[in-house]
Amino acid sequence: MSKIPSALTLGLYRGGLEIKQFMRQRESVVFTLAFPIILLAIFGSVFTTELTNGVTFSQYFVAGMIASGLVNTGFQQLAIIIPMEREYGALKRLRGTPMPASSYFIGKSILVFVSMLVQVALLLGAGVIFFGVNLPTDPAKWFTFTWLIILGSAASTALGIAFSVVPKSGRGASAVVSPVVIILQFFSGVFFVFTDLPGWMQQVAAIFPLKWMTQGMRSVFLPDSFAAREVAGTWETGRTFIFISLWLVAGIILSLRTFKWDRE
Amino acid sequence: MSSVIKVRGLHKSYGSLVAVDSIDLTIARGEIFSLLGPNGAGKTTTVEILEGFRRRDGGDVSVLGRDPAEDGKAGRRWRDQIGIVLQSSQDAGDLSVGETIRHFAKYYSNPRDPEEVIESVGLTEKVGALVRTLSGGQRRRLDVALGIIGSPELLFLDEPTTGFDPEARRAFWSLIESLRADGTTILLTTHYLDEAEALADRVGVIHRGSILEVATPALLGGRATSLASVSWRGPSGLEIERTGNPTSLVKRLSESFEGEIPELTIKRASLEDIYLEMIGGSDE
Repeated sequence: MSKIPSALTLGLYRGGLEIKQFMRQRESVVFTLAFPIILLAIFGSVFTTELTNGVTFSQYFVAGMIASGLVNTGFQQLAIIIPMEREYGALKRLRGTPMPASSYFIGKSILVFVSMLVQVALLLGAGVIFFGVNLPTDPAKWFTFTWLIILGSAASTALGIAFSVVPKSGRGASAVVSPVVIILQFFSGVFFVFTDLPGWMQQVAAIFPLKWMTQGMRSVFLPDSFAAREVAGTWETGRTFIFISLWLVAGIILSLRTFKWDRE
Repeated sequence: MSSVIKVRGLHKSYGSLVAVDSIDLTIARGEIFSLLGPNGAGKTTTVEILEGFRRRDGGDVSVLGRDPAEDGKAGRRWRDQIGIVLQSSQDAGDLSVGETIRHFAKYYSNPRDPEEVIESVGLTEKVGALVRTLSGGQRRRLDVALGIIGSPELLFLDEPTTGFDPEARRAFWSLIESLRADGTTILLTTHYLDEAEALADRVGVIHRGSILEVATPALLGGRATSLASVSWRGPSGLEIERTGNPTSLVKRLSESFEGEIPELTIKRASLEDIYLEMIGGSDE
């Protein structure tokens, strides 16, 4: 008897399939990829003053948009789509096959990571061309950028899968998930300068990963002199890494423990 | 070895509602067994326990030599040998028929040829069509295709032909016959009694969480020895007589009419008559 394919092999197949499915939902493709650019255009036009010498609001905002892109494509998308797949019975059907949960998770991670890459490329492209965003030149900053995208996508994916058990129905999922994300975005300094927010808001935000992703992205896109204006007076890169990693681990443990294939 | 499914004293409640109350069931290798019963009788609960979707409260269950409630690595090898066609499962439908079936084929150690499976469920013309453009009956055939793609030793079919037109049902029946010829064991739940009669080696009637009887379709409920109703047109109009000895009645009639008996019909209870009697009878 031939062997059952490994969980990783099936995960890679699932990833390809997820991307194919995603690309065919034209509305959500356009929304996912264009929405951050539209937001950048709006905020870039409204706030035209410089925050400090040479730092435009667009520059500040690009960091926040990339960080919240991580939350949108991972956490938000999955926490809405998985309950729908559960409601259709698509997950139950998968459960009846030899494909393991881990392959399903790997497939979702690949989808999130790939759509994140495309989204970031488009956002940065549009930012540089139309809104005068400056890209970093220091390789160390690109290194930070790379691990932030990888670690951030992974954490966001894991948390999205974990949160997918919360909405009671597929149809209501968006109403449960979206407010969580939007409030988190306001609290985490995506739309406003973080240090201008009330102290209690900053403290609440510091529990959640989006604040750290945003701060991490600021360390990439803003000059190091700007670090003085952070809460701690530094970028806190090490702490950022640890916090997002902890959330990743928590997300994986929760996903493996609580994931439900079936509605009941 | 000869029994693929073995159930002893299966019990399952949802809160105070007893869904399945002490069911015993044995299904042999290569057999087509049909579980009949009204909605809410405990059919789906029983089948989903056997499929590993639900946990039981009591009793012993062995499916292909393994307890379906056990998790872990053995579960994948077990599912590799099982095909499941659920009552309702849908996908978003953004993949084509061919893409979906070819993808599911990758999950199994010994899949059937996807093109062959597509052909056997009659979806060859729809192979490039997106799943969401399929009709209800075509989607159901896709479900069946996904159930058999892994060359299962044991196939669960839950209401497989709902939404089929008569022609598609006949085609489906011959597909099941060919699976039988390959030695596949099949557990079929259906609302169509003629389907159970055409396909099943044995049927089990389940009602209120218990199995009332297990027999071949021909013998269920004393069907073979039930009274036959003989009807004919006599001098004073249509006459009907229920009798245990239809042959001698016909002989007598034939003599009195001196030849052809006008509008003669002899009817035995259909499986449906017997089934409805069993279900209705236990209501009191």
